[in-house]
Amino acid sequence: MFDARKVIIGIVIFLVLLTFPFWYGKGKAVPALQLKIETPEIARLAEKKCLEPTAYMRASHMELIDSWREAVVRDGQRYYVTSSGKKVAMSLSQNCLGCHSNKEQFCDACHNYAAVKPNCWGCHNVPKEAKR
Amino acid sequence: MNRSRRNFLKLTGLSLLGLGAKPAWDALAANPSPKFAKSPEALKGKRWAMVVDMGKCREECRDCLEACHRVHNVPDFRNFKDEIKWIWKEPLKAVFPEQEHHYLDEPLKEKPVMVLCNHCDHPPCVRVCPTKATFKRPEDGIVMMDYHRCIGCRFCVAGCPYGARSMNFRDPRPFIKETNPDFPTRTKGVVEKCNFCVERLVQGLLPACVEACKEKALIFGDLENPQSNVREMVQSRFTWRRKPELGTHPQVYYLL
Repeated sequence: MFDARKVIIGIVIFLVLLTFPFWYGKGKAVPALQLKIETPEIARLAEKKCLEPTAYMRASHMELIDSWREAVVRDGQRYYVTSSGKKVAMSLSQNCLGCHSNKEQFCDACHNYAAVKPNCWGCHNVPKEAKR
Repeated sequence: MNRSRRNFLKLTGLSLLGLGAKPAWDALAANPSPKFAKSPEALKGKRWAMVVDMGKCREECRDCLEACHRVHNVPDFRNFKDEIKWIWKEPLKAVFPEQEHHYLDEPLKEKPVMVLCNHCDHPPCVRVCPTKATFKRPEDGIVMMDYHRCIGCRFCVAGCPYGARSMNFRDPRPFIKETNPDFPTRTKGVVEKCNFCVERLVQGLLPACVEACKEKALIFGDLENPQSNVREMVQSRFTWRRKPELGTHPQVYYLL
């Protein structure tokens, strides 16, 4: 092999850089996310239940909201019928943030933790009480 | 069965198909489509249209314009180049350029006329939109925008012969005097225009400009309904439309 030394040194440097994130983060546990999702609005509710079961909302809220967006804008349908048969107006600012009035905790904390950047709030207004 | 290469491949193919069938079946069966409903209080129409009574419109009045821009969070960039407009005034000679002639009185030529998106039957903006962000609602003919899909290419700005589309070259939020919390703002890089107040129609309300006009110079209604006032006006009186020769079939009618 020509220039074996240079090539091997090059490969070693490359491998070190490639694996850098793995050994750099080794042994450092990321602190678990502490969320305070209780709000005065939720405390006031008689029945503390979201539109759909919590597990579904946690896993698939983005798909639900996406289907809302299509339904409202594209098909002109403004109401959502929940799995328990309740009819609710589809609105991010009023429906979701109506109860979950702490956007920093309810939306941002988890999205930041998971490094996802939804652009909902570039246009949609955050209700005043949720800004705090 | 003899152990030929041919049979081996057949069997492999079949078993692969079988393996793929279950996840596919599960995916299709587990996802009942969400249920949606229309709002019961919504105004119902098959072809919304507007009549602008130019005789009743007062020149200095800005009620409709201000009501619309307040309701829809339309920014004011205080800069003609970046201007965002949903409904605005244009001199008569520019509104009906094909009707202007040499002997027309100068004040008449300059008389301001309210103009807005014409919600055309054959909207060129819809044809040119590469993402289908602008679309015509099949149920009532409103030409609407889905800001989520707009990529800011401005083909529609070029395509619209009425100048009814405005581009947000800058972040509009700091330039909105008073934000209406019930209507979203737009973001930088998105085109916007009049939406015939779809968000008010579903609540059973007339468009904001129509409601704000004290002179009743703006009349809104369903053209397909033979009893509606717009239909009656368009039928019994002579009205103008902007640039009808282009074949866009605008749905805003001007009464002289």
